[in-house]
Amino acid sequence: MTQETLIQEINYLLFLAVLTVTLLSCAAYLVFFLSQKKPIRRWARFLLIGSWILQSGYIVTRYMTVGSTPITTYHEAVFFFAWATTSAYLSFRWRYTVRNFGTFVSMLVLGLLIGSSLASRDIIPLEPALQSLWLPVHAGISLIAYGFLGLAFCGGLMYLLQERELKSRKLGYFFSRLPSLEALDQLNSHCLAVGFAFLTLGMVTGIFWSKQAWGTYWRWNPKEVCSLIIWCIYLVQIHQRFTVGWRGRRGAQMIVGGFVVVLITLWLVIT
Amino acid sequence: MSKKHISLIGVNHKSTPLEVREKVALTSGYEETLNRLRDEEAHEYYVLSTCNRVELIWVSEDTAESTPRMLRFLFGDAVDSAEWDGYSYIYHDRDAVAHLFKVSASLDSLVVGEAQILGQIKEAYRYASQYGCTGPLLNKLLHKSFSVAKRVRSETGIGSAAVSISSAAVELARKIFGNLGDKKVLLIGAGEMAELAAEHLLGQGVEGITVANRTLSRAVALAKRFNGSACSLEELAEQIETVDIIVSSTGSSELILRSDDVRPLMKVRKNRPLFFIDIAVPRDLDPELNEIENVFLYDIDDLSQVVQMNRSEREKEAVKAERIVEEETLKFAQWQDGLTITPTISALRKKADRICISEVSRTLARMNLSDSERQKVEKLAQSITAKMLHDPLQFLKSESCRKGDDSKIDMVRTVFGLENDDPDN
Repeated sequence: MTQETLIQEINYLLFLAVLTVTLLSCAAYLVFFLSQKKPIRRWARFLLIGSWILQSGYIVTRYMTVGSTPITTYHEAVFFFAWATTSAYLSFRWRYTVRNFGTFVSMLVLGLLIGSSLASRDIIPLEPALQSLWLPVHAGISLIAYGFLGLAFCGGLMYLLQERELKSRKLGYFFSRLPSLEALDQLNSHCLAVGFAFLTLGMVTGIFWSKQAWGTYWRWNPKEVCSLIIWCIYLVQIHQRFTVGWRGRRGAQMIVGGFVVVLITLWLVIT
Repeated sequence: MSKKHISLIGVNHKSTPLEVREKVALTSGYEETLNRLRDEEAHEYYVLSTCNRVELIWVSEDTAESTPRMLRFLFGDAVDSAEWDGYSYIYHDRDAVAHLFKVSASLDSLVVGEAQILGQIKEAYRYASQYGCTGPLLNKLLHKSFSVAKRVRSETGIGSAAVSISSAAVELARKIFGNLGDKKVLLIGAGEMAELAAEHLLGQGVEGITVANRTLSRAVALAKRFNGSACSLEELAEQIETVDIIVSSTGSSELILRSDDVRPLMKVRKNRPLFFIDIAVPRDLDPELNEIENVFLYDIDDLSQVVQMNRSEREKEAVKAERIVEEETLKFAQWQDGLTITPTISALRKKADRICISEVSRTLARMNLSDSERQKVEKLAQSITAKMLHDPLQFLKSESCRKGDDSKIDMVRTVFGLENDDPDN
């Protein structure tokens, strides 16, 4: 067995391990959500951290097989997206704790990983024109932005669930399990701000990459237009949130809606 | 003499929706209601009105005749007479006593175990006795209800586990605002409930409290207690721009805030959430307020939902408390049965005989007397007690007592201490 096939083998095993561990973590988070027993949450966290380590390992071994940053095919991009979301969550947890946030994030991560597993794992060689240092920088930064926006999406969903219970005045299942509206709203603001900063950075690096690869800064191709639309959607949200006060329910709806657009365009743009 | 019956009718949070209770609630206060009740020809009567219940207790000889009159009094023209039965509950005699005990022990409260109800019953009783509406039967009954409440509180864990309406409101506020440390509270109306809510919120460390009241002096007085500020009702809109939690508990029969008043303020607030708590009956706040984005409105019935959550733990203690209520109801019934002439006479005689026999036998045991001397001493003691009892017995048998004036019998029983120490009664 050559070294190359060995790495490919390890790479594949890592992918299976990532799926299994994330599934276990997600299941543990769900059990914690239902039972609210603290020891289970610790297990869920360990599993999620384990999943992150395995995900990182997968990206590294994939890099070794492909020869360039594995971020260009649908499978690779969505996998990187999942990694970015997990990283964002873990970095976030460092500073804040938001009750039961992990349950929602782990479900999103699992969903993304399943999405990536459905796509072909074939290696598609990159066009020579696109090979540059700008590629990993631009795509990496954009996907990290999506990771934070993904967190905001989870926060937005939680906000809408909690808000609905409080508004209907029939307090049921989610009331005790979800954090306060204010905490969720702050979480949304924070993730939106960080996500938007990365998104802007991604736009700028994309423009430079385009200049290097095609000789022009902006070509109005579908991919660029989609990115611009997404950027504008979030720009409006940021502006309205921090000046007019589009917070609370409308803010959460916009965040959820914006992220759905992100998912759709991601799918459209990469395939 | 025919027996007197204690009867009770009422509406509460379980039997009647808020909209109907609002119409029944005595906005005119106890004084006027008690005066109007005077015309209803009951021997004794008592009215309790809180935000969760309105109850009438009266004493009559013919319950079949008096009950419809009292129902009419309670509902007036506000509610269609066909619906009266559905909304109200009616108890007589032992059931009425048990119900009152349950209410005073806070077993029938929206928030089981909350302590406010006893204070409210005491206040209502103070009015009733001040206007001479209560007699021996109700005096005894209400005093008994206070001691039942005390007993339940000390012998069961129902009070310690109690979460009052205001702490339910605090729980909700924390779900909306998270940390209450930088939040401001506005109290509209300076009633007792508002005070209690303010205390709870201060306990959670809210930043400041403002009190708005129709009479500014009361607002100032209450604000001073909480280190807050006072304002008049005209300044409400201005206040709502800056506060976060609003507790309204005025006695007003009209809405104080409409949703159209608040909607424009949300822009000024930059959509920061507002939490309205309406603990007034009739309601102070427009139910439409809840339709505004980032505004949350809870009235008393909604708060009960929140409270439901920790009800199960208290249910166990409630069973213990129910047993105490049953026991005390039985005791009261025994007392009431004794409140007729024949049992009183026999109790009096028994007590005298018992004292006579025990004292004589104690003395004779230490003396060395012949049988005939012994008999003479016994006779002496007996005739002294008989002479002593003659007048009280005569009084009991006289016309004035025969007419059924319980208070005289009650007096005799009290003077001779027949309540506590007849072991075989």
